Formats: sequence, structure tokens, C-alpha cells
Amino acid sequence: MTPLATPAAPLTDGLTLAAYSTSTGEAVQFWILGTVAVIGALCTVFMRRAVHSALSLAGTMIVLAVFYLANGAYFLGIVQIVVYTGAIMMLFLFVVMLVGVTAADSLKETIKGQRWLALLCGLGFGVLLLAGIGNASLTQFDGLSEANAPGNVQGLAALIFTKYVFAFEITGALLITAAVGAMVLTHRERTERALTQREMSERRVREGKHLPPLPAPGVYARHNAVDIAGLLPDGTPSELTVNPTLRERGQVRDVSREALGDLKALEQRSEERLERTRSGEGTQ
Amino acid sequence: MNPVNYLYLAALLFTIGATGVLIRRNAIVLFMCIELMLNACNLAFVTFSRMHGNLDGQIIAFFTMVVAAAEVVVGLAIIVSLFRSRHSASVDDASLMKL
Repeated sequence: MTPLATPAAPLTDGLTLAAYSTSTGEAVQFWILGTVAVIGALCTVFMRRAVHSALSLAGTMIVLAVFYLANGAYFLGIVQIVVYTGAIMMLFLFVVMLVGVTAADSLKETIKGQRWLALLCGLGFGVLLLAGIGNASLTQFDGLSEANAPGNVQGLAALIFTKYVFAFEITGALLITAAVGAMVLTHRERTERALTQREMSERRVREGKHLPPLPAPGVYARHNAVDIAGLLPDGTPSELTVNPTLRERGQVRDVSREALGDLKALEQRSEERLERTRSGEGTQ
Repeated sequence: MNPVNYLYLAALLFTIGATGVLIRRNAIVLFMCIELMLNACNLAFVTFSRMHGNLDGQIIAFFTMVVAAAEVVVGLAIIVSLFRSRHSASVDDASLMKL
């Protein structure tokens, strides 16, 4: 990690105001990691699967944490890694798992030409933003060596608990509200008592539809993965064998056609082997 | 290297995030793009803090992080409850209030 880069020594000739620059090490770090950050951001936007997007975003956030450290924000750099990449991104991954990993975006456009218009808007916005920064007269560069003199964390604490103490209190209220809100949103009240195992078995007997446990997936085919329906004697896949959740998501794989092909290949292979052994016996 | 380059990078990341919000329709990816934009702003704040030699920018970035955490918690809860009722995480499917 590059230490806080001190600004170059102020020019004594006083010819120019551009007396600020960072060390070469930081420049190298910026150009390498900046590229990584931009690639990660682009992958976040353009990856089709949400999991890949989340992982790219986590990479970008770690790079940003390095930039915070290089900019003298030691506390924020660590918080970025611990809170953002450690907690928030993992929360994202949990939700991606809950919602379904294969929930990829559909490519069907609801508004015609929306994608290209959006890209155009983004391009225009970026040009405006970059031009704005380019035109701003950002000549001041003091560096944080003075502000960080008693320590970065101490400096931040002094500000938080004096100048920004009201905002800090409000933040506490916000966090409590968010936690309660999340619980209220995801909580479902049970309106009736859950059936016990005995009641469920009695109901099964009364209905007389399916007394034994449900058939296991895949054991009648040549696969035993949970997402492959077991085959009935006539070769058709049985709906009963697959978990209803997978069925609802449309993640059931049908191998009834493959099974026949595999069987044919197996037969052919065994025939070849038999031929070979027979011919081997012949030569001996 | 001029530290203004950090600002250019922040602007670029913000633009990418904004474009992502416009292009994507998976609600989770939309949220990630919003996070990207918030992070870009944080980078700009930290850079400004360094350029001006005081820590106020870092304080703002810190508060942004807290607000982002609260926002993610509530937003993901909304996505989960939406997914429960609609079986889809696409923002196009949540069109109950459309005429």
C-alpha cells in the first residue's frame, strides 16, 4: 500500500500554480487499478447473470478501498472493505441465491430502441460530467498530512462527535428504521396453525392419492441429479419426482431423449469391445 | 500524476452506473448499479477531502456509506417480497399500478 503521497515540493520560482502532483508509485497504482475498476464496473453492467455482476462489483469496491487508502482516508478504506465488500455485497449474493441464480435478464425490449437510447444518454452524460471536471479550476492541493497529523481516526472522531453530531444521531435513527422496515417487509404472519406430521399423514390416507413417499428423482434414468425427472417405464419423465420449487422455476432437465442416445452409444461401445476381445483371442 | 484523475475516474464510474440503471431490468443488478454510483461519489468526496486538506469530505463519504447500507437493506427486502408475490425479479413485471 502506498503511504499517503505527499505533494511535490512547492516550486520556488513561483511561475506556476500547478504545484501539485503525486508520487510515481501512486500514479502507477492509479493507472493499473483504475483500469481494473472500470473493467469491473463495465462487467457489473453487462454481465448477464446477477452473480457475475455482484462479483465484479465486489472487485471494483476493493479497488476503490485501495484508492481511499492512497488518498489518506485510512478509516474509510478499511470500512469500505469490511462493510461494503464484506457485508453489503454478501447480502447481495444471499438475495441472488434466494431469488434464483438463473434469473437472467430477458433480452426482449419493452420499449423499442430503449437500449441504444440509454447508451446514448449515458455517453452524453459522461461527456458532460468529464467536461465539467476538465473546465473546473481545481488548482488547490493541500494534502492531508496536516489534517491527519493526530491520526485519521482521531480526526474523523473529533469531527463526528462535534460538528456532525446531529447528523450522526439521525443516522442511528435511520439504521433502526431500516432494520425494522426490512423485518416488516419480509415478515409473513401465519394466519393458521401449521399441520403436524400426523395430521398430514392422516390426510394422505384419507385422500388415498399418494400414500408412499414421493419417488426419488433420476433413479430410473441414468442420471441421479435432483433436477432430472425420473423416467416412467414408458420413457416419459415423471413430474412427481422433481422438487416443486425447481418445477416452478422451470429448471427441470429432461434427459429422456438423451437416455435413449446414451443407451445406443453404450451398446455400440460394448459391441466394439466384444469385437476387439474376440479378435484379440483370434490372434493369440 | 494529478489527483484530479481520481475525479475523472469517479465520473466514469458514475456514468457507467447510471447507464446500467437505464439498461438493465433485473432489480438486483439495478441495485448494484446504484451502489456503483454511490461509491463513485464517495471516491470524489475522498479526493476532494485530500485536495482541500480537511476531513469533512471523508465524513460525508462515511455518512453516504451508512445511508447506502440502510438503503440496501430495505431495497433487498422489497425485492425479496416482490419476488415472493410475482416470482420474478424483473422491474418490468411490477406493473400493477399501470393503467
